Amino acid sequence: MTRPAAIGDTLRRAAPSLAAVRRRRADWAPLLLLLPTTISLGSVSVYPILDGLWLSLHNTTLATREDRFVGWLNYRLLATDPDFWSAWRHTLEFTAISTLAETAIGLGMALLLVERFTGRGLVRAAMLIPWAMPTVVTSKMFGWLFDGQNGLVNWVLRSLHLIGGNIDWYGSPNTALGTIIFVDVWKTTPFMALLLLAGLQTIPHSLHEAARIDGAGAWQTFWHVRLPMLVPILLIAAMFRALDAFRIFDLVYVLTGGGPADSTEVLSTLTYKTLFSALEFGYGSALSTAMFATEALIALCFGVLIVRGMRRQGR
Amino acid sequence: MAEVGRRRSGAQNGLFLLGATAIVLWSSGPFLWQISTSFQLDRALVSPTPSLIPHPFILQHFLNIFLVKHFQFYILNSTIVAISTTLLCLAFGAMAAYALSRLKMRWRFGLLGFILSVSMFPQIAIVGPLYLLASVLGLLDTYMVLVIIYLALGLPLVIWVLFGYFQTIPEELDEAARIDGAGPFLSLLLIIIPLSLPCLVTTGLLAFIAAWNEFMFALALTSTIAHQTVPVGIANFTNLYYVPWGDIAAASVVVTLPLVLLVLFFQRRIIEGLTQGAVKE
Repeated sequence: MTRPAAIGDTLRRAAPSLAAVRRRRADWAPLLLLLPTTISLGSVSVYPILDGLWLSLHNTTLATREDRFVGWLNYRLLATDPDFWSAWRHTLEFTAISTLAETAIGLGMALLLVERFTGRGLVRAAMLIPWAMPTVVTSKMFGWLFDGQNGLVNWVLRSLHLIGGNIDWYGSPNTALGTIIFVDVWKTTPFMALLLLAGLQTIPHSLHEAARIDGAGAWQTFWHVRLPMLVPILLIAAMFRALDAFRIFDLVYVLTGGGPADSTEVLSTLTYKTLFSALEFGYGSALSTAMFATEALIALCFGVLIVRGMRRQGR
Repeated sequence: MAEVGRRRSGAQNGLFLLGATAIVLWSSGPFLWQISTSFQLDRALVSPTPSLIPHPFILQHFLNIFLVKHFQFYILNSTIVAISTTLLCLAFGAMAAYALSRLKMRWRFGLLGFILSVSMFPQIAIVGPLYLLASVLGLLDTYMVLVIIYLALGLPLVIWVLFGYFQTIPEELDEAARIDGAGPFLSLLLIIIPLSLPCLVTTGLLAFIAAWNEFMFALALTSTIAHQTVPVGIANFTNLYYVPWGDIAAASVVVTLPLVLLVLFFQRRIIEGLTQGAVKE
């Protein structure tokens, strides 16, 4: 018997178990590869949510070291807490106005950017600046721009004779929330515009061409061709923005701290103060659960709209 | 998608130029004013007529933030935390994205959806329990607690982007690797990763920026300059009698300029990554 043949026989007999070993390793591979992620997300995102729900049923207060099970008491207190409802209203007001403004202005920017023109790359690059800045820096930057005494905005508006005297933009309860909304629009609109731009570019060009050949002008093309196709993208982008806006914290905490006179207190700043100033971890957890529930409701409303919009398009 | 050539009127071109200029001014204007402010005397900042060009041009604010406020420690802390987070995010995220993209698993889209929905949890809801947990484990005011949390916050986005990218790598390469005897781990390390380097750089940048800019957890879980990060440092910049806008502007410039330069340099990749390549040039 020749050597190669003997070796060949041995290999062929060994081959099935080699494949079996490789198959067994391949079965474990996905689980092993996903293990670090699972541990990380499980311990940092999933466990605290459950622990928070459990905490909300206790009167845990770090200052007095209380920790008794109290059932629904926190939620009953929440339902009659004027601070909670005021923050809830502010948060919804902020979410609605900023999402609408950012979607509308973002759409305008996207429509501009979808056309080819010299310097388009520069414009797109510039639009990333607001997104890249830490929100804390943005807050301080606009704190200086909108400063009641020496801010640039007051000086420009007075020079243009649009206002008579200095306005204490974020020091006065009437204008503080509006100032916060303005800063958020500045920071987030460019990002929305880029998302909508991506959506716009998925619309087949043949549709534009057909409309143009039929003699449609720019406005008609927009209203009857682009806009209907944009609706699902607009709704999805608006939903993500709304959910994000609902959670606003950095901007409010740094620019106004929730004031003046609680006029800009939003749910996350109220919860933060309840947790870390008043050290009421039980009540604070109930607050954040109520916040989570409202957010889920908003997501549900958007979800229904999106599904209905897609169904109407026959997708 | 090729733009069909369309003759545009001079007026339309003019409008585009106007709109484009408006967008550029809107996006960069406030930051340019911050840069100018950081070089101006406090006296000049409260004068009735502001000026864009600093006159006189001073470096006092930059000296203040480093010599008096010890801003360099905040920068050091942020750098350590952000880089650690980024490296871990890329490692764990690539593994998970590879598993979801390549290895045939029954519930992979459900799992992907779950990972994404976890990223939608309001952070305020988890900061309380995490504070208690960190307190029990003795992790308050450490680098580790921030890295652990930022890792979990960044993983969903990293996995999402890398998953999209891995899907575009042809499976024939995996086949060839398997025939040569490489298992899934070797395939990932020696084939997929080298092919994905540009995407990994972009994704790493996104994770770095997110970790660098994070505020709430840093505020809640760190308490001394030994571990506090840049956002907390800037938020705490107040003097007893007045708000030092010049110093704050200097700190803002120091912190933001590298970020802005990085983002401008990688802008095309970043936009592609965030929109899954849908935005065309």
